[in-house]
Amino acid sequence: MTVAKERSGEDSTDDDGYVPSQRRIDREAYKRARSRRATALAAVSTLVTGAVLYLIVVNAPGWPRTKETFFNGEYAREALPKVLEGLWLNVRLLLICGAAVLVLGMLIAIARTLRGPVFFPLRVLAAAYTDFFRGLPLIINLMIVVLGVPALRLQGVTVDPVLLGGTALTLTYSAYVAEVFRAGIESVHPSQRAAARSLGLTNRQALRFVVLPQAVRRQVPPLLNDLVSLQKDTGLVSIGGAVDAVRAADIIVGRSLNYTPYIVAGLVFVALTIPMTRFTDWVTARMDRRRAQGGAL
Amino acid sequence: MHPAPRALRRAVAATTIALLATAVGCAPQPEEKASDTSSGSAAGACAKGKLATRTSGKLTIATDEPAYEPWFKDDKPANGKGFESAVAYAVARQLGYDKSAVVWQSVPFNKAFAPGEKTFDFDINQVSISAERKKAVDFSSGYYDVRQAVIALKGTRAAKATSVADLKGLKLGAQVGTTSLDYIDDVVKPTRDAAVYAKNDQAKSALKNGQVDAVVVDLPTAFYITAAEVTDARIVGQFENQGGTPEQFGLVLDKGSALTSCVTDAVDTLRENGTLAKLEQQWLSDAVDAPVLK
Repeated sequence: MTVAKERSGEDSTDDDGYVPSQRRIDREAYKRARSRRATALAAVSTLVTGAVLYLIVVNAPGWPRTKETFFNGEYAREALPKVLEGLWLNVRLLLICGAAVLVLGMLIAIARTLRGPVFFPLRVLAAAYTDFFRGLPLIINLMIVVLGVPALRLQGVTVDPVLLGGTALTLTYSAYVAEVFRAGIESVHPSQRAAARSLGLTNRQALRFVVLPQAVRRQVPPLLNDLVSLQKDTGLVSIGGAVDAVRAADIIVGRSLNYTPYIVAGLVFVALTIPMTRFTDWVTARMDRRRAQGGAL
Repeated sequence: MHPAPRALRRAVAATTIALLATAVGCAPQPEEKASDTSSGSAAGACAKGKLATRTSGKLTIATDEPAYEPWFKDDKPANGKGFESAVAYAVARQLGYDKSAVVWQSVPFNKAFAPGEKTFDFDINQVSISAERKKAVDFSSGYYDVRQAVIALKGTRAAKATSVADLKGLKLGAQVGTTSLDYIDDVVKPTRDAAVYAKNDQAKSALKNGQVDAVVVDLPTAFYITAAEVTDARIVGQFENQGGTPEQFGLVLDKGSALTSCVTDAVDTLRENGTLAKLEQQWLSDAVDAPVLK
């Protein structure tokens, strides 16, 4: 605790009559000076590192041509609106598939952790599903669903590549997320379930009020990983002809033979990920604060 | 925790900076190719079989995989069958490299124009010449005048189109990075966004599945698709050239390549002595019976 007080007169004392000793004041001044020095050093070392890296890149023999090919302002300006237009497709897919994946993944995870012999076929089915769709390469899954399903000529089944692509994404990612949830459920100590049951909660209530809340909270970081990964993979629906952010960049690259649009698309995706990460960090912190009502230990 | 003695830490920091600085100074410089880089085609610059190629005495030619008909046959560029394979060998012969001195290499289209050291001497991959692309690569002169065509499944509304205006309300598809796509955007200007595919194979599937009404490809490909691959499709028609200048395929070389002028001379010679026309007759169907969409 630093003393943050106006020290205008000698008689300025706290209510409890405490006057910080000269030694304490000196100590705090010294600490402040040290921390200022550390910050300054960190800044200088960062600047030097940055400058050295910059010089290495800029003095590379191929730099002028690389700059022209990857960092061309004219193509960046042309690409940005088209990339953003494509990104809207990525975002919509992320929101809809993300919600579907969370629900489906949770259902599969619960099916896998059900107890009782009567649920055996359900457990086997859920296990088979996760094994298959986690192992199947996403791009092949998309191929089969986006280009194969319409070939069946089924009445009433859509041929829209975006809807089909979204379905394929949901199939693969719910298998990933189901495993994350299952790991979370199984990581909750059995004593929690035992305690809940001893309080008279049914199996279902114990799962809903005691086990799942703890499991989900623990699983936020890996879940976010899967969501960020899903966000980037939404672009793969372009296999069916839909134009997403990356494909929009592709179109300009193919016409101009200049790679700048790819860089623009990459940066846009990164920019989309950062707020998502901060938001989940905030949610997790809030949950932790609520849980630790007595203050952090 | 014992902090390292200050002197030592300083020494380490100084060394690091010094090392990095040397790294900057000693970045590898590209080796100057000992070749006669005179522009124009002095007899010395294009000495038969003695060009400044990647591997001396060999001519390395690149194309994408899969290599599509009718440009290549059986996905084997080295067999000399298919129009582009035949043209590549004709150009090689013209430059003084016989069949055994030609090495084929599989290079994706997107990689063929990346800056930096190229692994091939030239790339032959149905690449249309454009002023914009010339900023990134060198082109030889054109070896084929290409026209773009529309194909659709027989009996559909798209198959009955007789003008560009008839195509406006349709869902059209094309391969990414092709001039076919530019024709959709710039000439047809459809009311619905074009579907864009990574490869022509996916565009063909989408056409069969009814996910697009029509696909735009270059005319020889259109003939091949409708004759051999999607037999219930027909060529609706071909586009007129944009801006009156014929669109041409050219061989792709590294920007500033020493071979550009020699390869261009070779292609020009083959055009003048009728070799290109003969190969066209041999490998590409006659394009006259495709109606022109006004």
